[in-house]
Amino acid sequence: MNQIELTLNGQARSASVDAYHTLLEVLRDDLGLTGTKECCLVGECGACTVRLNGEIVDSCLVLAVEADGGEVTTVEGLRDGPSLSPLQNAFLEKGAVQCGFCIPGQLMAADDLLRRVPHPSHEEVEEGLAGNLCRCGCYYQIMDAVESVAAGEVISSPQTPTAAPSALPQPPVDQ
Amino acid sequence: MTAIGDPVARVGGEPRVTGEQLYVADIHLANELHVKLVTLPVAHARVRSIDKTEALAVPGVAAVFSAEDLPGHVPRFGPQFNDRPVIAVDEVKYHGDPVAAVVAESKDAAEEAAAKVQIDYEELPAVFTVEGALASDAPLVQDPSLRRNDPLGSTNVLREHVIGWGDLDAEIPNADLVVENTYRFPMVTHFAIEPHAFIAAPEDEGVAVWTSIQHPYWLQRVLARVLQLPLAKVRVHAPDPGGAFGGKQHAKYEPLLAFMALKVQRPVRLVLSLEETFQAVRRTETEITVRTGIDLDGTFVFQDIDANYLIGAYADIADRVVGKGSYIGNGPYNWPAARINARSILSHTVPSTAFRGFGNPQINWAVESNITEAAIKLGLDQVDIRLRNLARKGDKFIPFDTAADGDWAQTVQKAAEMIGWGRPKPEGRGRGIALGIKSGPTTGLSNSLVRLLADGSVVVYAGTQDIGQGARTIFAQICADQLGAPISDVSVVMGDTAIVPYDQQTSASRSTVLMGNAIQRACGSIKEKLRERLGADYRDDATPAQQVQAALGRLGGEIVGVGEAHKDADPDHPLGGSALFFEFNATAVELSVDEATGDITIHRHVAVSDVGRSINRLQVQMQDEGAAIMGLGHTLMERYIWDDNGRIRNLGAIDYRIPTSMDLPLEMLSDTVENEDGPGPYGAKGMSEGALLPVASAVAAAVRDATGVAIRDLPLSPEHVWQALQEYKQR
Repeated sequence: MNQIELTLNGQARSASVDAYHTLLEVLRDDLGLTGTKECCLVGECGACTVRLNGEIVDSCLVLAVEADGGEVTTVEGLRDGPSLSPLQNAFLEKGAVQCGFCIPGQLMAADDLLRRVPHPSHEEVEEGLAGNLCRCGCYYQIMDAVESVAAGEVISSPQTPTAAPSALPQPPVDQ
Repeated sequence: MTAIGDPVARVGGEPRVTGEQLYVADIHLANELHVKLVTLPVAHARVRSIDKTEALAVPGVAAVFSAEDLPGHVPRFGPQFNDRPVIAVDEVKYHGDPVAAVVAESKDAAEEAAAKVQIDYEELPAVFTVEGALASDAPLVQDPSLRRNDPLGSTNVLREHVIGWGDLDAEIPNADLVVENTYRFPMVTHFAIEPHAFIAAPEDEGVAVWTSIQHPYWLQRVLARVLQLPLAKVRVHAPDPGGAFGGKQHAKYEPLLAFMALKVQRPVRLVLSLEETFQAVRRTETEITVRTGIDLDGTFVFQDIDANYLIGAYADIADRVVGKGSYIGNGPYNWPAARINARSILSHTVPSTAFRGFGNPQINWAVESNITEAAIKLGLDQVDIRLRNLARKGDKFIPFDTAADGDWAQTVQKAAEMIGWGRPKPEGRGRGIALGIKSGPTTGLSNSLVRLLADGSVVVYAGTQDIGQGARTIFAQICADQLGAPISDVSVVMGDTAIVPYDQQTSASRSTVLMGNAIQRACGSIKEKLRERLGADYRDDATPAQQVQAALGRLGGEIVGVGEAHKDADPDHPLGGSALFFEFNATAVELSVDEATGDITIHRHVAVSDVGRSINRLQVQMQDEGAAIMGLGHTLMERYIWDDNGRIRNLGAIDYRIPTSMDLPLEMLSDTVENEDGPGPYGAKGMSEGALLPVASAVAAAVRDATGVAIRDLPLSPEHVWQALQEYKQR
């Protein structure tokens, strides 16, 4: 077993890992971060996309020991504090999410694209997301979400519940 | 307050963008064991012996299962025929048919041990094609002893579905032109991004199962039967699947996992690889010959369809796919005479199952392409010929089935308008149009329970599965509208057979209609209770909180409503029931073909669906555009490739391509026709398969328009199109 140290979503984490285990396996099985998804395991589908030392990688193709000492961001690290990020809100508002299984990878790829190219052309968006398969076929809506964030469009946060339990009548006490 | 039709953001969407959504593979139980399946590198073999010694010696291995570890007669199961053993018995029938399963403390140990299970086997002759399976000396896929009293029992034809109307033989000489062609549709696979995953655990003198499944209640019955347990002792937890598309309707490895969990008395888990899902589910391959008889003015005279559907080694739901997909194969037209002869043919291949469109895309590919060909031969416009023969609302276009339930001409005209039909085309472009129709559910029973809580918030229970289609959002919208609650105060509970009342299944685009009606009725029963309690004090404009609090006063608590919706069976109907509604779609494309490479660029793709009424127009758009893109997959790039031993050569994501963001039409336009004439809430019909049905037919028609080449085999991949162009030029 090998001891590795990571800065994972801003937190120092360590794990004892087998040399042949991938970063994906360690994130999901050893560190309990299951937001990163497992599908093809050959670097084609993009479901396992994470950010490693400033670049996105297919975590199924990276050995965990290669990430030792590195900085890793997963979908769990995309929030703006307690709120969703503009990109996360845009995905919901534009209808980019159906089953949701590819979405963590799509978000990581989209986030990376906008860091590199804050105002991408449509072709750049298509290319930037080309490594992430969506079988529900939400590509147009995903690209719309990315382009709306790049354009600085104001995206509303999801509605919050309105019912007020504090105003409830007290049920009778009956012992 | 939101209204019906509004593009409300997905209910349950937030955990999908934060990584918090738990799919089956994300769930871990204490003390769990890991399973790895053992398969053979051949399609068909007799298993002489299984030596588990080396595998059992791997540290961490708890057990190695095979048929001998199951009850005397290994139970068989299946939605139509109980033909599939829980694990292979003496014989494997397709590449990927599990013959043993290792249970171990870790995934690594299970994998290592699976490779060390020694299986002595003898490869047997196998059939992988329609021609091979129908040959007089073909090896039989199913043991004839399982098919006693079946006149087809000594062949590989599982069932033959013959239906028709009118006097075909009398009409044949009346046609001015007869066009006959054969069309092929290859095997393709669902490729849900979430591979199937299963967990089983002993629980409460029974078993609990977690699985990525569309029909949890159907699975509950299957498990109860094979395990000989009361339904109440089988609990199916069904977290939202990460894509399903029909591939997650029916039991696969859940019975095996349940037996193993009960044997080792610990939770066991199996997460398939993508390669293993390719060996678990696929769409039925077809070879379809169509004879279309037509008059010079374009009036349809007769149609005769001979359809061979190559299903797999076990029936799964594939024979129903054949029957239900083919009976409506003549399309949305009035035919004086028609005949359809469709066979489900067994083969030594992956069991084929339901897949979005349920047998219709295959027959649509043949029939709509042949109508295009007939129009070209007669020099008639392809929209006009379809409109001339299209069933009008109320027409019994299939004499024994539901009458046409929409103004379909409106849908066709809208699609034609949106593609610019009849207007000049840019240089090098071709246009094509095709119509798709599919029968909705033919039977169904959906129950719902709705609780109006003391603070006016609402909990709705629905046994439907949210497989990505957004059922949860639709149900919350219906509840919010019916009870006057903000949608953010509505919670939808799904996915647990111990808690949520019965819903027959999540398929055939039924849920908005059947479960939607059940929920609307449950809300209605709440309103009735409120009226009963409040009498003259009932006020329609009161908030839900005011109503429930006024109704219950100091008693506190909540009002509970139940609702049911059903579609009864009809034993006289060839499908066992008439269509609850039809999904109708018109698809039109404009494209160009790079003659040097065969590559197709779709400049505009138009999909118009008759949905009755959109409950959520954003979700309708997502479904139609997603269906269109999935249709472009089998149209342009997807197919299984087989080797001589019946093994799939392109297992997995490297060699089997599905559409990416780089493969899309340059412009996608989807729209609806909404006449509120459906049987669901607010006049809704089911939707989400329609826009997939005619994609291949429309694209091939446009390729033909652009190049003159008629292609009758899918997919229209660059190499295939290029080759067809070369042959065409040499003629």
